[in-house]
Amino acid sequence: MTVLTARNWNFWGGIITALTVAAAVLWAFPLYWGVISSLKPDDEVVRPYIELWPETPTLENYIHALTTTQIGAWYVNSVVVAVGVTIITVFSSMLCGYAISQLRFPGRLGLWWLILASFMVPTSALIINHFVLVANLGLLNTWAGIMLPQLIHPVIIIVYKQFFDQVPRDFREAAVMDNASEFGVLFKIYMPMNWGVTTALSIVCFIWTWNAFLWPFLSVTRTEMMTITVGITQVNDAFGVYYARELSAAVLAGLPVALAYLIFQRRVTEAITLSAGIKG
Amino acid sequence: MLRNSRTEILVALVLIAPFLAIYLLVFVYPTAQMFRISFTDAPLIGEGKWVGVANYLRLLKDPMFRRAAWNTGYFVLMTVVPGTIIAMLIALGVSRLKGRFQSAVLALFFLPYILPVSVVYLIWDWTLNFQFGVAMHVLDLLGVARVPVFKSREWFLPTVALVTIWWTAGFSILLFLAGLRAIPAEIYEAASLDNATRWTTFRRITWPLLWPITSLVVTIQLILQLKIFDQVYLFSVGGRPNENMVFVYYIFHRAFEQNQGGRAAAVAVTLFVLVVVVSVLQFQLLRLTERRPR
Repeated sequence: MTVLTARNWNFWGGIITALTVAAAVLWAFPLYWGVISSLKPDDEVVRPYIELWPETPTLENYIHALTTTQIGAWYVNSVVVAVGVTIITVFSSMLCGYAISQLRFPGRLGLWWLILASFMVPTSALIINHFVLVANLGLLNTWAGIMLPQLIHPVIIIVYKQFFDQVPRDFREAAVMDNASEFGVLFKIYMPMNWGVTTALSIVCFIWTWNAFLWPFLSVTRTEMMTITVGITQVNDAFGVYYARELSAAVLAGLPVALAYLIFQRRVTEAITLSAGIKG
Repeated sequence: MLRNSRTEILVALVLIAPFLAIYLLVFVYPTAQMFRISFTDAPLIGEGKWVGVANYLRLLKDPMFRRAAWNTGYFVLMTVVPGTIIAMLIALGVSRLKGRFQSAVLALFFLPYILPVSVVYLIWDWTLNFQFGVAMHVLDLLGVARVPVFKSREWFLPTVALVTIWWTAGFSILLFLAGLRAIPAEIYEAASLDNATRWTTFRRITWPLLWPITSLVVTIQLILQLKIFDQVYLFSVGGRPNENMVFVYYIFHRAFEQNQGGRAAAVAVTLFVLVVVVSVLQFQLLRLTERRPR
């Protein structure tokens, strides 16, 4: 890194840095433009020139989105589904990752290979049979139905196993010898040791579920049961050609995940890098 | 000792039970069912007669399937190759920056990746809006004729590919940054002692050492983009969905719009096999062997 620093001073280094920053600003511009447009009154939104700041900033689009659409219900649905999927997935994956890493039982290697193999399977190919399954269980248009096919993220088990692997097996055996219960060892020793990973994985699992489109879109037909990710695309007619209203709904839908990222930037990037199989 | 290992097995079974139950229910069972109904003429819900490989033979002669295959391939080509190059260039630029400044610049590139596809759709639908979109104002300033990109046959997929690159590049950038960080600084120091030019340094050091990450990024992108649906569907609404057909859209179309579960499953199996073959062919296998448990 020191060499790169020295290079920062030369002319081309400066040019490259300037280009990078310019590209970053340009890259984020559509986001800025979307947010700014959502704060403009209708007549300003459609002005035929570029206005980087609203002349009369207004929240009327947001008030409209909040009062005339079912965005409140969609929010609740999204929160329930995302939190539910996160808790169930992270918890069951942790248990499984711990078992594969620290315990010896028949079929352990087979299970591990099964998990690794499922990494390759495209879940979007399973939509037909997920639909049949959820329909047969009578769970279409329910929270449970939206959650069920999303409860599997093999990668979370893989990451947990990698982390538990760093603890020698003797450690667990010694604790068990000391009369600690098997579950006590997991919950009182191994889990607290890995809070960082658990938080990081939970945040990204929440973001993934919040952002899921295809399955929530297929499994829900009743407007009030939609998640916000699906809901904001299904009510265009209700908005007519009021672009600013659509955009304000989009801002409301993106806000929780954007905030989660901005607050936990380090953890999110760490978990996403880990999920690609790279140790951060 | 024997009792100990028996308790250990029992505990292990209890611990893996929740995962295994979910896994069998929403993964193994649907996969088996998908293969089974692809050989029947079943509707979406309900049983059908066994028809052997008829559904697959029909795919070969089905122009819409051919279009889906062609479009998916075209889309994959337009996202994976430029997406990887752009992400690598951005990562090289960002890796020069330091501390908070680096985090801030990275956040600008990364933020789109964190957003739901429908938000990305609404933002770009607005940015590229034929009448009022800010991009069209820019085209006007440049003296280029406006294009109704999402209604145009030639421009639809390239535009959706562009939006997709914008949306997903953050992920690849992150991986490239991790790869760049893993290259020891000493190597660069040695290179600069030898008065290597910036280009030589990149070609002889950065590029070869970054190669494992590059192939990882390409594989992940390839598999991701083969499964493209959301953006194509959203941008197609009110446009020409049949012209913009891709694999998953075709599964959706057959199963949910035409109520032909069996024929849809044949497409799903094809996609399934394709993705598995790609994963295996690429160095996915390599990664698996690295992950063998102790």
